[in-house]
Amino acid sequence: MAERILSRALASGGDFADLYFEYRRSASLSMEDGRIRVAGGGVDMGVGVRVVCGEAVGYAYAESIDEDELLHAADTAARIARGGGGIASVNLRRRRPKNRYPVDAEVVDAEGAERVELLRRADAAARKASRRIVRVDASLVAVTKEILVASSEGAFVADHQPMVRMGVSAIARRGKRTEAGSSGGGGRRGLDYFEDVPPTFHGEEAARVALVNLDARPAPAGELPVVLAAGDSGILLHEAVGHGLEADFNRKRTSNYTDRIGKKVASPLVTVVDDPTIVGSRGSINVDDEGEVPSIHRLIVAGKLRNYMHDRVSARYFGRKKAGSGRRESFRHPPMPRMTNTYMAPGEDDPEDIIRSVNRGIYAKRFSGGQVNISNGDFVFSLVEGYLIEGGRITAPLKGVNLIGNGPVAMEAVSMVGHDFRLSDGMWTCGKDGQSVPVGVGMPTIKVDALTVGGTEI
Amino acid sequence: MPLSRKVERRSRELADLAAWSVERLQAMGAEHCEVGVASGRELEVSVRAGRPELVKEASSSGMSVRVIVGERVATSSTTDLDRAALEDFFRRALEMARLAEPDPLALPPDPKELARRIRPLDLFDPRTDRIDAAAALARAERAERAALRHDRRITASEGASFGRSSAVSALATSGGFLGTAAGTYQSLAVQAVADDEGGKKRNGVYWTGARFVEDLERPADVGREAARRAIRFLGARKIDSGKMPVVFDHEAARSIVGLVASCVLGDAVYRRRSFLADKLGKRIAPKFVTIVDDPHLPRAPGSRAYDGEGRATRRNVVVRDGVLESFLLDTHSARRLGLEPTASAAGGGSIPHATTSNFFVRKGRRTPKSLLRGIDRGLYVVRMMGFGFDPVTGNFSRGAEGFLIEGGACTVPVGEITISRNLGELLLDIEGVGNDLDHRTAIASPSLRVAEMTIAGR
Repeated sequence: MAERILSRALASGGDFADLYFEYRRSASLSMEDGRIRVAGGGVDMGVGVRVVCGEAVGYAYAESIDEDELLHAADTAARIARGGGGIASVNLRRRRPKNRYPVDAEVVDAEGAERVELLRRADAAARKASRRIVRVDASLVAVTKEILVASSEGAFVADHQPMVRMGVSAIARRGKRTEAGSSGGGGRRGLDYFEDVPPTFHGEEAARVALVNLDARPAPAGELPVVLAAGDSGILLHEAVGHGLEADFNRKRTSNYTDRIGKKVASPLVTVVDDPTIVGSRGSINVDDEGEVPSIHRLIVAGKLRNYMHDRVSARYFGRKKAGSGRRESFRHPPMPRMTNTYMAPGEDDPEDIIRSVNRGIYAKRFSGGQVNISNGDFVFSLVEGYLIEGGRITAPLKGVNLIGNGPVAMEAVSMVGHDFRLSDGMWTCGKDGQSVPVGVGMPTIKVDALTVGGTEI
Repeated sequence: MPLSRKVERRSRELADLAAWSVERLQAMGAEHCEVGVASGRELEVSVRAGRPELVKEASSSGMSVRVIVGERVATSSTTDLDRAALEDFFRRALEMARLAEPDPLALPPDPKELARRIRPLDLFDPRTDRIDAAAALARAERAERAALRHDRRITASEGASFGRSSAVSALATSGGFLGTAAGTYQSLAVQAVADDEGGKKRNGVYWTGARFVEDLERPADVGREAARRAIRFLGARKIDSGKMPVVFDHEAARSIVGLVASCVLGDAVYRRRSFLADKLGKRIAPKFVTIVDDPHLPRAPGSRAYDGEGRATRRNVVVRDGVLESFLLDTHSARRLGLEPTASAAGGGSIPHATTSNFFVRKGRRTPKSLLRGIDRGLYVVRMMGFGFDPVTGNFSRGAEGFLIEGGACTVPVGEITISRNLGELLLDIEGVGNDLDHRTAIASPSLRVAEMTIAGR
């Protein structure tokens, strides 16, 4: 059937076409103040049909696998084609990529009572942390996607993509002061995730952050040296550098990294990698959403820009054989170049030395999110846990700090890189052009000589 | 304007399906249920450098149900509306409810409180679905061309896109409510890019959107405005840190008002995730500030005749003359808080929670220009970045772009800075409200002048 639909999609020309079959099951539980308030879940299923003609894309989808509906979608997508190309027949060859997320017991299939118990343990751990914890909410979301990609160039590859994510938030109160803390994690894992990271960890961690924030004081405003803690801080790299290296922006010449391949774009201490192959990580993929088996992309090596991340359209534009970074939210969306797990490679500095080297600055530990203006690399990040560094020592916790800077400028200002590389526990979701995909980030402890800290104390 | 016959037929079909589903669910053991069914059509096109880049067309439909068995709640959704498949889907939803804990507060409203008649609102434009891909591409091309031709300093375009969508929906509840609604929306957006000194790029975005085709701004005007917005940032620079008055243009102000909206929703209030939780009946802004949630505005994007539980919607004054008069509540959050519901429940069949309709600050008498008057040195903010807001404390800190105000007028462009202030203090410190309210978006605000904020820059 796939061959018939692909032939139909290219009936009026076009360079190539692909089909993206998706069957998605989800199961979610939300616990509010110690009680399961709502159980949820559902099934979503459909097929996306894409026809590519040069840089132009025709796209349609059907919420079924009915052949007539798919042929109709193929006709719709084919309207983009303006003659040329086209093929007589399609021969699909099945490929079986290596599995980077083998899972024995999937959370989406777990007994309801077992999932409820995980949330109970998280909830109890947060409450036990202190009598100042006045409210705890927790959620457990499991999603499993079966995908199958077939393309007019013969690719035919399926993948089974599990995902689990636990989130806990806690509210602490002392006198009139109320503060929140949260923690979460997961990845392309099964129930085994909770053997490595027990639910109690996220409960305790959410409570700890809320309690720390009870003592947080106003942050300074102005340019200061900033030490980014290992792990979570990778989100800064994702936003400040990663997006600008997605090839679609460079094809359109709207990225600040346009025409910079081979040039120095960061301090020589900086090496940045996008790695879809990390076992069990939230951003990992065995196969991208265009049917290509991806490999590790070395983006910046010792400060020099080496590669962009490509989907099929941009790879063709830049005359590259291999893409591998084409991802999409669902069958309702065409793919585009996206990150998977993006991290900075470890360096040689001792993390303690990095903190000791700062006389007055900020230690950034946990982030709630960030945003970048792709065209010039200006970024903003919000901290949910940050501290003042005074005389080489971490001292007072700071209230909701923002860091603002410019990607290339900040990367030039990296003066120390720790040997303590850590991958952030899986909780990040990246949004681009209205499509969300799960990603992983990672970072060793690093020092950036100057970033603007958006506090309130002048 | 009367709906087209086709839409009326589609509405009837969906209403029949929703009513049948409620009957089946009740027969299968649901004590209470809500069933939302929707079907929609969409077209999305984009052009870049004068050439089509994407044509995406699809129709979709889906059902969401909320079931309650023994005071236990489950929600689920599906896109497979085949009646045999639905029976199976209902069975799984009812099974899922067993996982939740009994919650008497989760029961639906008393049938006496449900809407008897559906207020007609002018939300559906039969012309929308008739815009074909060629016409949509032509609009986008015109807009992009106008942007590129507006000024020689515009060097690239991230493209122009046109999208249209139409949706018909029905809601049936076990309390006896049955209603249908239909709406359309279309928008045209352009992003222009200008090259600044030192290779930095500046982008400018402008868009128009409306429920009715005739209410859209002209494509060429949209393109020219996007170009102007890119050029005005050429040469933007940091300013020194300090405290100064800030004027938010109506787009930046909208995003502040969106934060206020998120803190008056019932869920945020009873979960203590709102700095306004204890402020009911208290002054939270000066006397000349009134904030309204009005679902009955003709042709507005957030308008609706009934809420997700089948109550007739009503105009709610949230802040009257500076005093917090009401939260926005669905049945569940109202019971939690011991207050009366405000007919603000979100879409039928979802986890019940409150949402906004058209939420806006009532316009004042002052022109945006006159709001700058008397400011010796201040900041005019037109764009913000990042997510630096903690609803629990109200602490606010975001990246900002705009212009320096000197001697009552805008002078040089400013970027790469953050502005901070606790939102509770910011609201009390509003000094002026502009007369430039537009309802292009469901959350809206006129320009606002705030006496003082902290700017973090150099």
